[in-house]
Amino acid sequence: MILASLAGDVLVWVVWVVAAIALLASGFAVVLFRNPFHSALALILNLGSLAVLYLLLSAEFVAAAQVLVYAGAVMVMFLFVIAYLGGRADAPWASSQAAVRVAAVVTCVVLLAEVVLVIALDARDGLSSAAEITEGFGSPRELGRLFLGDNLLAFEVSSLVLLIGAVGGVILGATVRRGEVEE
Amino acid sequence: MLGPTVAAYLVLSAILFATGAAGVLIRRSPLIVLLALELMLNAGNLALIAFARQHADSGGQVFALAVMVVAATEVVVGLGLIVAMSRKKVELDVDALTELEG
Repeated sequence: MILASLAGDVLVWVVWVVAAIALLASGFAVVLFRNPFHSALALILNLGSLAVLYLLLSAEFVAAAQVLVYAGAVMVMFLFVIAYLGGRADAPWASSQAAVRVAAVVTCVVLLAEVVLVIALDARDGLSSAAEITEGFGSPRELGRLFLGDNLLAFEVSSLVLLIGAVGGVILGATVRRGEVEE
Repeated sequence: MLGPTVAAYLVLSAILFATGAAGVLIRRSPLIVLLALELMLNAGNLALIAFARQHADSGGQVFALAVMVVAATEVVVGLGLIVAMSRKKVELDVDALTELEG
């Protein structure tokens, strides 16, 4: 029994390390690649490894939604627009002013150091132990109950946000076309 | 909880957020800026789900799903803006878009 749980722990560690390396490498690749198409493909790998980490955190429904909504729908839209724009989206890699580049890197390093320091200060007591979870944790049943119970307002507002986004997308795509006809 | 503690997930999420922030601040192609923005949103989601696991409270996962909705909407509007810019023959370069500069 102890041996089985030890083997399970090792397996989870192996999966975690592989997913973490894929997550960070593809994250860097998104920022570093010159071609937007390659960046978008790296982001798909990034979202996939995030879904693995969500599974390790017992968030099954969110992992499924991540793959369907993000790696599926959102990224297809991204790839369509990148293909539509073609070479027009190839701006120079980095900002032309050296001061902007340096300031950006310094900001990000300081931000990272700050957050990691806070996590390290709290890692021993607060973050080292996780609460025991029940059978249905992260299941569609529990999330559905939360969405239609405690978080009903958030659920309704989400649908409103999606509607406004869809209308906005149509308007942004259509106004230019009307202008073209008038010309 | 098998495997690493919540702190390890949080460190991952912090690194991912910093990477995304660097992309948003440095890169000039608006498409890459949007992609890096997705990295930042997903880093936030990872932290939310890690905390949801730590407290055994699914509320964090509900929050993460709401963030996903906002991210999808943001992509629609952002890509719509980029396509509209390209139709109006505006140069697709963040540094060249200085019309609103004071």
